[in-house]
Amino acid sequence: MRRSEGISFGDYVEEANQAGRLVVQPRMGFCDPDLMRMGLIGTKDADATTVGTLTLDSYTRTGNHEAAERALEEGIRLNGYPIVVHPRSRSLEMLRDVHGPAFPVQVRHGSSRPQDIFRALVGLGLGATEGGPVSYCLPYGRTPIFEAVDNWVESTELLAEAAGEDFHPHLESFGGCMLGQLCPPGLLVALSLLEGIFFVQHGIRSVSLSYAQQTDPAQDEEAVHALRTLASLYLPDAQWHVVFYTYMGVFPRTSAGAAMLSEQAVRTAMRAGAARIIVKTEAEAHRIPTIEENVRALEAGASVGAQTSRAEERPRSTSVLAQASALVEAVLTISEDVGRALPRAFAKGVLDLPFCLHPDNRGSTRSYLDRYGRLQWLTTGNMPISPAPSTAAPKRLATDDLLFMLHHVERLYDTKARNRAAGMTLHAADL
Amino acid sequence: MTSDGIRTFTPRSIISSTVSDSHTWNLIFMQLFLEEMGHEVINIGACVKESLLVESCLENRPDLVVISSVNGHGFNDAMSLIKHFRFVPGLERVPLVVGGKLGVEGVRDVGFSRRLIAAGFDAVFAEDELDKFKEFVTQKGLRAAA
Ligand code: B12
Repeated sequence: MRRSEGISFGDYVEEANQAGRLVVQPRMGFCDPDLMRMGLIGTKDADATTVGTLTLDSYTRTGNHEAAERALEEGIRLNGYPIVVHPRSRSLEMLRDVHGPAFPVQVRHGSSRPQDIFRALVGLGLGATEGGPVSYCLPYGRTPIFEAVDNWVESTELLAEAAGEDFHPHLESFGGCMLGQLCPPGLLVALSLLEGIFFVQHGIRSVSLSYAQQTDPAQDEEAVHALRTLASLYLPDAQWHVVFYTYMGVFPRTSAGAAMLSEQAVRTAMRAGAARIIVKTEAEAHRIPTIEENVRALEAGASVGAQTSRAEERPRSTSVLAQASALVEAVLTISEDVGRALPRAFAKGVLDLPFCLHPDNRGSTRSYLDRYGRLQWLTTGNMPISPAPSTAAPKRLATDDLLFMLHHVERLYDTKARNRAAGMTLHAADL
Repeated sequence: MTSDGIRTFTPRSIISSTVSDSHTWNLIFMQLFLEEMGHEVINIGACVKESLLVESCLENRPDLVVISSVNGHGFNDAMSLIKHFRFVPGLERVPLVVGGKLGVEGVRDVGFSRRLIAAGFDAVFAEDELDKFKEFVTQKGLRAAA
């Protein structure tokens, strides 16, 4: 086992994984430093193996620091921690005796122009963050993708160059989320892996690859396996792990439905061999969660994790690995340098996200939910993969179909919760 | 206009996010919703700067402008938008509404609506007020057969 001096996010997760414990992490961010500190302490003290999170606000994400500053002055609450605007001394005070080898803290943002954010986090001794040139661009506004790539090259290298005896950079790709919902797993796996390769090409030695829970647990397990297979193949010299995200789309509205969906996420993550999971709370559908709601979600996640074992067998393979490999290979054929390849791949439609409004995305692909509730391709445009032949695929998507799909998971789990509360017997297949 | 008050022309609306909000499913949803009310919809997308919105309004002369935001900064962003928007020649009277999850508290803040309307919005809708929004569109005579 590699054991480095100082705070190492990568080592912390690796050790927990070897001990069979799933690391649980919240998506937490408050604008007030005192509240943020309390949130971190709550996370650290939770009855679970945790890492901390600083989620940044939308003004900081979009580089509009003046707006963040004005909002703080006017007492308007932000949706996250404005790391660039708060004075460094204030942030150091917020992290004092909390951030440490036994409790690494990661910065999560969503910025296509993250240079200021990277400078701020390096200045605070925070080595772990998240993002990527595609995953923090296409779902996060209208920055042209080639600009986002340049910004991410600069930022990744800035972080890599800060590496030292007690500073260990770690970067997580957000590629496994992409718009939160309705993107078939093959493309999510490919994007996450490609961003992982991008980080390594720009000097980062410890990365994580993400995959977000979608509509079907078996398909999700298959996707995590595909991601692990490709990571061993393409990242032989880096330290890496897979991080699983609890559902990132429209969340169940009832507490019980939210809890059941979250439990399923932990089971899938654990069975499929993910090392870390990001939890959501029962407030997800409604508002930013409180510290208490976060702590409850962390502890519930840890408890389900402890009751679940890694699956003995690999899930039945459908097409996720084949699709992901074909996409990765097609991109690397454009250029071995992933940063150069990505904008061209989107321009050519070799990569093409369904339902994405970003101007640089072609938008000629569509997905649908098959009758088993799995996400499938309806049309694949110019991508080097084809939709699985199916007689059940709709000819085209109507308005109602899209809304039906967007609310499928919410409806499924809210209904399960209602049925369970009503004491109805459910068939095993429904669970 | 037909007897049931449904117009036979095609109203044109613009849908836009705020400057800080990158969510787009809400925009796609609002587009479909308005298309079902017979609108031709121009969806500008996420993270829209004031200047881009103004430009698009002047170019397209919409019958209705809908700002949709769910990231929790909606109130603040809409307040800074309206300060300039209503002073642009040609945009003094275009029907302009905002809706979604406008704050981070989750609860409906009546202060938000009051202040946004006083500042120049025609209406403000909470996330669960689609029926009220439909009524508003109908009352403005902006409902057509889809
Ligand atoms: C998918 C998602 C994302 C995706 C978005 C991808 C994309 N490009 O769209 C990703 C992962 C990228 C993302 C990012 C963020 N997200 Co988000 N996201 C969601 C999520 C899970 C689902 C949203 C969705 O798809 N809704 C489907 C559409 C159809 O529904 P809707 O958006 O609610 O819109 C409905 C109503 O609001 C209403 N409505 C909306 N606009 C209007 C306008 C009018 C006129 C009317 C009448 C009605 C109306 O009608 C719609 C249909 O019912 C929600 C939580 C949830 N709902 O489960 C969080 C959520 C919206 N996100 C949230 C936040 C804060 C963020 C971030 C800032 C990160 C963070 N700090 O957590 C960033 C955004 C960065 C930025 N620059 O703004 C918060 C907002 C909190 C609040 N308002 O209090 C939520 C509620 C999650 C939470 N509980 O914390 N997110």
